[in-house]
Amino acid sequence: MNLIADGFAWLTDPANWTGAGSIPERLVEHLLVSLLILLIAGLIALPVGFTIGHTGRGKGLAVAVTGGMRAIPTLGLLTLAALWLGIGLAAPILALVVLAIPPLLAGAYSGLESVDRRVLDAAKGVGMTGLQRFTGVELPLSAPIVIGGIRSAALQIIATATLAAYTSDFGLGRFLFRGLKTNDYAEAFGAAVLVIALALLVDGLFALAQRFSVPVGVRVARSGEPTRSAADRATGRTTTNV
Amino acid sequence: MNWILRNLDEILELTLVHLALSVPAIILSFVLAVPIGWVAHRYAWSRGILLTLCGLLYAIPSLALLIVLPALTGQSLRSPANLVVALTLYGLAVIVRTAADAFDAVDPDVRQSATAVGYAAWGRFWGVELPLAGPVLLAGLRVVIVSTVSLVTVGAVIGVQSLGSLFTDGFQRGIAGEIWAGLIMTVVLALALDGLAVLGGRLLLPWARGGRRRPRLVAPDPTLQAAEAR
Repeated sequence: MNLIADGFAWLTDPANWTGAGSIPERLVEHLLVSLLILLIAGLIALPVGFTIGHTGRGKGLAVAVTGGMRAIPTLGLLTLAALWLGIGLAAPILALVVLAIPPLLAGAYSGLESVDRRVLDAAKGVGMTGLQRFTGVELPLSAPIVIGGIRSAALQIIATATLAAYTSDFGLGRFLFRGLKTNDYAEAFGAAVLVIALALLVDGLFALAQRFSVPVGVRVARSGEPTRSAADRATGRTTTNV
Repeated sequence: MNWILRNLDEILELTLVHLALSVPAIILSFVLAVPIGWVAHRYAWSRGILLTLCGLLYAIPSLALLIVLPALTGQSLRSPANLVVALTLYGLAVIVRTAADAFDAVDPDVRQSATAVGYAAWGRFWGVELPLAGPVLLAGLRVVIVSTVSLVTVGAVIGVQSLGSLFTDGFQRGIAGEIWAGLIMTVVLALALDGLAVLGGRLLLPWARGGRRRPRLVAPDPTLQAAEAR
């Protein structure tokens, strides 16, 4: 139990919360780099995933890529990138973008794929163009799954960014490795608790986003009340159930 | 390439060490997940709790878990046991949901028929529910195999030897070939164990083969599952 008390003592020590390389600085660094990586990976993976889901083409390749990537150890990718690009930020960013692509891709194409074909036929039948169907029908209906993919990717990035401090000088992982190296378990433990708290917080936020992204119409249908009252109570809007 | 050829012995040895760390974790998480998944399936009140716990566990970064665990279990940070416990927990986080889904997917009519021909709860579990849940359980096991074999390597940064040691050593000494050897062997090991699981499934679950399965009358709604997921 002393170990835990020491860890929390490190966490609450004011000296660790100010100055260069302090907890807030590392935390912001960790978050900003993670966000940047998520953005880059999203810009690459989401359009490709949406295209696959919308057209139904290239699905076999996407499944193979996302499945096969799971077998590749993150640490191997990180160290290989670091040998290639040096110990700066470029190496972890490259490795993490590669690792974040599979969950984003899977979320995007399986989300679009989950949309009921009959709904799409109906959308086509009332004269919606491909783009209109995508933005007006496919995207809203698949939002919870797509956000689920972003959630997995975000968690993967935050976790692996911690590991990336092994090769690069950034993020909360620095405390962790410094503690390990100097046999200062309190520091390693305190930093690990911080990382866990950050991951759970981000996970919780995405869980909320997933919940709120369910379109009102779907929520009404699911609640088993084909009346307007359920939707009215939830959102104050009037929806018509067809 | 030269490094690999000169160090085949070391690579082989680390592969065996890697195997000795992965296999206990994989078996433990599978054996523990089946009863936990069954409980989540059988008792509705426990489902939310158990699956939420698994979701939270899964969200915890592996390196952080490896460091926090010794304070809770009293093990030494750099002991293989610490790594195996952490890997088992991750395995559970992955497979408990699948196990619950596997038991959910057993046709209620079949369960009723089994009861009608005289199966008691215990016998029905072993004779009917478990075999029918087998194929889905196998799918979950395969995911656990691949993710566990890959995760073992993270132990290298806290000092638990495995194929991951090739990454840390290769990085420190600047030998790309060493890292490649680790990458390739990890993937090969994962694929080999996955192949064994598939083979085991063929032998133990012969009914899972062939297209005799009739389509379900009501297709499960994937959007529903997604909203429910994690």
